[in-house]
Amino acid sequence: MSEVKKDTAQTGSVQTTGHAWDGDIQEFNNPLPRWWLWAFYATVVFAVVYWFFYPAWPVGDSYTKGGMNSITYKVGDKDVTTHWNTRARLMKDLQEGEEAVKQRQYMQKVVDTSYEQILSDSSMMQFSRSVGKILFTDNCAACHGMGGAGVIGLFPNLVDDDWLWGGKVEQIQTTLTQGRNGFMPAFRKTFTEQQMDDVVEYVLGLSGHEVNKEMAGRGGVLFNGEGGGCYYCHTKEATGMHSVGAANLTDGIWTLADVPGQKTIDAKREAVGKIISNGVNRQMPAWKDRLSPAEIKVLTVYVHELGGGQ
Amino acid sequence: MAKNAEDIVLFEERIPIYPRSVKGRFRTMKWLILLFAYSVYFTLPWLRWQRESGVEQAVMFDIQDRIFYLFGMIVNPQDIFWLAAILMIAAFLLFFVTGIAGRAFCGYFCFQTLWTDVYILIEHLVQGERPARIRLDKSGWSGERILKKTVTHVLWLAVAFITGLTFTLYWGDAYALFGQFFEGTAPFPAYATTLFLTLTTYVMAGLAREQVCTYMCPYARFQSIMFDNDTLIVAYDEERGEGAAGRAKLGKGRKTVEERHAANIGDCIDCGFCVQVCPTGIDIRNGLQMSCISCALCVDACDAIMDKLGWSRGLIRYASENELEGGKHRLFKIKNIGYGLVLLAAIAGLVWSIASQTQLSMAVTQVRNPLYVILSDGQLQNSYDIKLNNKSEKTVTLQVRIDGLANASLDLGRIRKIELEPLSSMNLFVRVKAPPVKGQSGQIPFRFVVDTVIDGKPVTEMKKALFTMRGDFAP
Repeated sequence: MSEVKKDTAQTGSVQTTGHAWDGDIQEFNNPLPRWWLWAFYATVVFAVVYWFFYPAWPVGDSYTKGGMNSITYKVGDKDVTTHWNTRARLMKDLQEGEEAVKQRQYMQKVVDTSYEQILSDSSMMQFSRSVGKILFTDNCAACHGMGGAGVIGLFPNLVDDDWLWGGKVEQIQTTLTQGRNGFMPAFRKTFTEQQMDDVVEYVLGLSGHEVNKEMAGRGGVLFNGEGGGCYYCHTKEATGMHSVGAANLTDGIWTLADVPGQKTIDAKREAVGKIISNGVNRQMPAWKDRLSPAEIKVLTVYVHELGGGQ
Repeated sequence: MAKNAEDIVLFEERIPIYPRSVKGRFRTMKWLILLFAYSVYFTLPWLRWQRESGVEQAVMFDIQDRIFYLFGMIVNPQDIFWLAAILMIAAFLLFFVTGIAGRAFCGYFCFQTLWTDVYILIEHLVQGERPARIRLDKSGWSGERILKKTVTHVLWLAVAFITGLTFTLYWGDAYALFGQFFEGTAPFPAYATTLFLTLTTYVMAGLAREQVCTYMCPYARFQSIMFDNDTLIVAYDEERGEGAAGRAKLGKGRKTVEERHAANIGDCIDCGFCVQVCPTGIDIRNGLQMSCISCALCVDACDAIMDKLGWSRGLIRYASENELEGGKHRLFKIKNIGYGLVLLAAIAGLVWSIASQTQLSMAVTQVRNPLYVILSDGQLQNSYDIKLNNKSEKTVTLQVRIDGLANASLDLGRIRKIELEPLSSMNLFVRVKAPPVKGQSGQIPFRFVVDTVIDGKPVTEMKKALFTMRGDFAP
């Protein structure tokens, strides 16, 4: 602790603060350079001037507003005028700033241009990708993931070239605008255990897995006949149907049963069996009320390009 | 604690300095350096240069479009490393020179020194030589004093304003900006910058002067660690000047060298000329001091006196401490060689970087979420964000292809033509497809290649990229 030692304070020619620590450690009290002191006074003057121009002092539960020009910006369709503050300035800048105007013009250009032209124009694709990325992150990433890879069994992967509801821009736009209901009935009660195993065998065989030929043959009859009626949606070739969102079962891509992720053929059988037993009932919400047509158009282009649309 | 209120000193009062003018070889050299520096600084913004992009200023720092024009060279934001290299070169050049020649920068090249010199010159022209200025300041507020002081400060402000305005002109088209500035239509930053630099020039060169060097300049504080006994400093030859019986003014029996030597008196006649000419107000005869900026004006002053007396020059001269003590002056020391080598390496690096600058540049980032995806035909697909920069002043049409990845194909979607305007950049999202190869997993290196033609010459730019391969997905 410091103690005031008047006698030691005056020793030597340099003034000290008069405090001494540990008996003899003292602090010099050298005068400041004049320019430093003036700079300090200048900051004091600056602060006082600042009070008059900008919001500064708390007064009760309010504060002094300062004399800077007020700022007017739009909230919805209404004009809001407020005292100067950086948030209002940002709002105004987002609405009327140079970049904001430029972005609106570009958005308008997207609206006025056909998909075919957008897709073949490198600069419009650049714009769509950068704006689309933000829209995707805000609206789609919660389910489909930041990169659009989805979650197997829950949310479709948008990065591959397999499209449940079609990969043409018009189809993607419809999906985004109206949403989709993915439905497949549960076959738990329709099939006996043996029939279920047969259908699973047939389905796995469709995508080139080594399966029991006899069982698959029986499964095929159920699949393509009235016993199961799978072909209603998946078609006789099992290549699926975009209009009802039925999956193509002949390729290597699985959106619900995690077949590629299972090591043994028995585990793959179980994964497929589970889907057939329980059916599918999932939903993608409609975005027409949440996004503007222009935003949907940009998102459509963005999603179309992710994996290579059709 | 202060005993009473009168004892509290809030600041150290500046002792006014009235540098006397001096003529000599170092003064002449300093005027020439100043003339050269001012010619470059004040005329450069007005110099024109023919460019295809229509920017006609030889040297212009275009912040808004993020392009710096330096004569035939165009510097883009991605060349920011050059700035790092230039700063490194500047730093090591400073260290190198400081190690050998002391504060040569301070004395001859620092803008604080240059502008202070001009301000002192104005002071001298308006108010007269040192004694006249001292007299003027001691006299009351006579009409003459008010007039002379006013003229001095107005001229100072004028120089400060031209300095500030010239600096501003580097950041826009000088001719247009100059007109706009006086019409009141120039952008706000132009006025702010000019005002700021006018004020700082006026305050630093007119009012603060040597205090900038003594109190504010960081280099002045740390330069001493680069000094050693072989560093050239402006030094007073104490042995010669003081003799055994110290210095003495010229007087009876102390007029010639022989008489003085007989009386053991040194060669310094204590005329005080070296102190009077010093812009930082120090007495070099007290030895090396932190305030000394090595301007060598005291050398000129002393030489002039010695010449007049017909004695040999060099009582105050550039010398190292070793030399003063009769030792040898060594230049090739590990420290100097080290600074020199680093300096050469930095210069070589910068020259190489500028010389190998391409007209077209490309950056490739692999999309990492997800790294790869399996397509319905069993192929693997990786995606990439490519940034293309056209640094030329031509509109170029680019062809993108890949190289070094077996059976792979590049998917640009439906984009057929990639066109880049002069000095512009573009982001391109592409996909690369390749069949999985058994036993080959991990990151497979390959290259993106961009071909174009600039000025009739084919230009090819390549960039390495990685393809995430999963051999276990092979059929």
